[in-house]
Amino acid sequence: MLNAHPDLTSSVLIGLGWYYLLLFLMNFVWTIRSYREDGEYANGLPRATGWATYSSILMMMSAYHFTYPPEGFLISLPEAFKAPFDRYFSNPVLYFFLTIVGLWALIALREWWTKPKVSFVLLNASLLFMGLSLTDFDFRQIVGKPDNVPIVAMLFILAFCTWISFRRAVDNDRRIAEGRPLFEQEDNEKVLVWPDLVYTELICMVVLTAVLIFWGIALKAPLEEPGSSVKTPNPSKAPWYFLGLQEMLVYFDPWLAGVVLPSIILGGLMAVPYIDFNKLGNGYYTFKQRSFAITTFLFGFLPLWVALIVLGTFLRGPNWNFFGIYEYWDVHKVEAANNINLSEFFWNGLGKGLPKGSGLNTILLREAPGILLILGYFMVLPPILGISVLRTYFVRMGVLRFLVFSNLILWMAILPIKMLLRWAFSLKYIVGIPEWFFNI
Amino acid sequence: MSVGEYIRNSQIWKSVFRHPAPTDRRNRVVVMLTNFFLHLHPVSIKQQGIALSYTWCMGGITFFLFLVEAITGVLLMFYYRPTLEWAFYDIQALRDVQTLGIMREIHRWGAHAMVITVWLHMYRVFLTGSYKPPREFNWVIGVLLLVLTLLLSFTGYLLPWDQLAIWAITVGSNMAKATPFLGVEGPGFQVFNTSGYELITNASDAKFLLLGGRFVGEATLNRFYILHCVAIPIVVSGLTAIHFWRIRKDGGISQPL
Ligand code: HEM
Repeated sequence: MLNAHPDLTSSVLIGLGWYYLLLFLMNFVWTIRSYREDGEYANGLPRATGWATYSSILMMMSAYHFTYPPEGFLISLPEAFKAPFDRYFSNPVLYFFLTIVGLWALIALREWWTKPKVSFVLLNASLLFMGLSLTDFDFRQIVGKPDNVPIVAMLFILAFCTWISFRRAVDNDRRIAEGRPLFEQEDNEKVLVWPDLVYTELICMVVLTAVLIFWGIALKAPLEEPGSSVKTPNPSKAPWYFLGLQEMLVYFDPWLAGVVLPSIILGGLMAVPYIDFNKLGNGYYTFKQRSFAITTFLFGFLPLWVALIVLGTFLRGPNWNFFGIYEYWDVHKVEAANNINLSEFFWNGLGKGLPKGSGLNTILLREAPGILLILGYFMVLPPILGISVLRTYFVRMGVLRFLVFSNLILWMAILPIKMLLRWAFSLKYIVGIPEWFFNI
Repeated sequence: MSVGEYIRNSQIWKSVFRHPAPTDRRNRVVVMLTNFFLHLHPVSIKQQGIALSYTWCMGGITFFLFLVEAITGVLLMFYYRPTLEWAFYDIQALRDVQTLGIMREIHRWGAHAMVITVWLHMYRVFLTGSYKPPREFNWVIGVLLLVLTLLLSFTGYLLPWDQLAIWAITVGSNMAKATPFLGVEGPGFQVFNTSGYELITNASDAKFLLLGGRFVGEATLNRFYILHCVAIPIVVSGLTAIHFWRIRKDGGISQPL
């Protein structure tokens, strides 16, 4: 083959050269840090040796990218990796499952992954994965879209913020266990706002301005063809911050995914301070003292909001089909969708067939199983929870607060529940009354 | 007398800054009390409350980005006409011809950044439990600010009037059609359409209200332009003022009790 990697152009390679150069600098600083920590050469090789080797490899990679022509370029992901990766990972079920496992690991292994060394290795791994993936044409197409770059940046910043908060929470939890003062209580003298705060703010503003100008020069804002109401793009996507909601359209009709659920998210957020009766954990980082509140919030924010935005932006292509990260967005990809309503399961299961007709009573009879389920879910389940599993909450919250709280939790759970039902039973609607646009 | 000293002793300078430079303790206090912009802050503050690793400065960054958006936005308004005839070509000219064209980039990236920082700010406020009493209501105001930030971004998305813009808004606004009771494809709208009167039609439902028409067109552009440049920014400014005022009244940045 003359041209093994037709899609690698020299400008891409130069860009990647800079990428590895920065990665090298980052690891070089880390090597120095590690060297300092090593102290005396007591026994065996100093740790810094490993980091130094790794940094030099990065530097050579960078030089290789800057100097070598695209033809026959060696550092790129082989098809033998990409094809199976896409085949086995390209479905929403596994994706969602992995985000849940990720959340579990985030919480359960917090003492381990917040250690600087561990998290630095994880950071390096993700940056390397990203760099290598960038040699793939389709990956670059989607990640490099000007409007998508901020999302990639957000993921790294979000990871960093999560790291800080968990690290400080772990530290404080340990302090509480040992009866020492909280981190926030140490060195907590009053200082003058001028200079201590105003200079921080000034520096912050200068840096941000520089970042924005650099970003504005480096990346052109997108401008496509003039708007035309006859040429529908495929896929048609909402602005990126709403793609989590658009992703919910796979499982729910617009009235739920686009109107009711967003309203409940906002109402639920506003209700948070009024239903969280836990007085601990006000004004400092902790996990143990607020494990339920934090877990619930993280569940809503990470797998159900951020991960769905990533899914909607990077992994949903034409016809809202799921595509692997190295996969070409083929308009003709077909995914069989043969979903069945609960009413069909029920009446066909009884061997009777669906009640036919369009009268009010027939419709209600036809959908009775789903309607009863939904009513039970929202009206019978909360009291049951209140006197069993969540009894302590019920006692401390009182009736009204508890009803709001339990209903919000149930609303939050409705999305994962519907996802699981869809994946396990190809369930389309729990209640399906298209005659009234009332489908759940 | 050096030039600097001459200026600082002039009547003009003294009429603006009513006290000597904030180099000693007394004047560092005075500057906070007399300067309009600085009086947002208290005079002194607990060290941990302003630690970057505590607040991540995310609220402050969000506010700064809002100011950047306001300034670049005004500059963009000098060049941009919100009509079907011109909207797209004015933006194109910003890209290809105008000297200050980079304002558009800064405005767009600043907007994305603001959405991200407002989320991270909420994330930090949650994780430090700062919404707990006495700060409950400031959290509620914060949630309103979050919605308005998203709406600002959403309304601005339409203005370039390219394929990206009109289809993103079409997808987004199609949801309004499904509003329960108030949309023509929402459950329950039939209750308003009984006995011969059609109250909810595609020319009177929630989507029509949002778009000013049955589909994304000139009226929508006008509507979104005014929401984006006038209405929402005013509301955000007001709520931000209340948000900041309440931070002070609620006892400053949260602290362990
Ligand atoms: C336009 C959007 C917003 C701006 C400009 C803004 C600005 C700020 C600033 C500058 C602070 C001071 C402390 C800090 O920087 O962290 C603050 C604190 C606070 N914000 Fe916001 N904020 C916004 C949105 C929100 C949102 C979305 C929420 C929550 C849903 C929120 C809730 C709070 C609370 C409760 C405090 C007090 C925190 C404490 O005392 O530690 N704000 N805000």
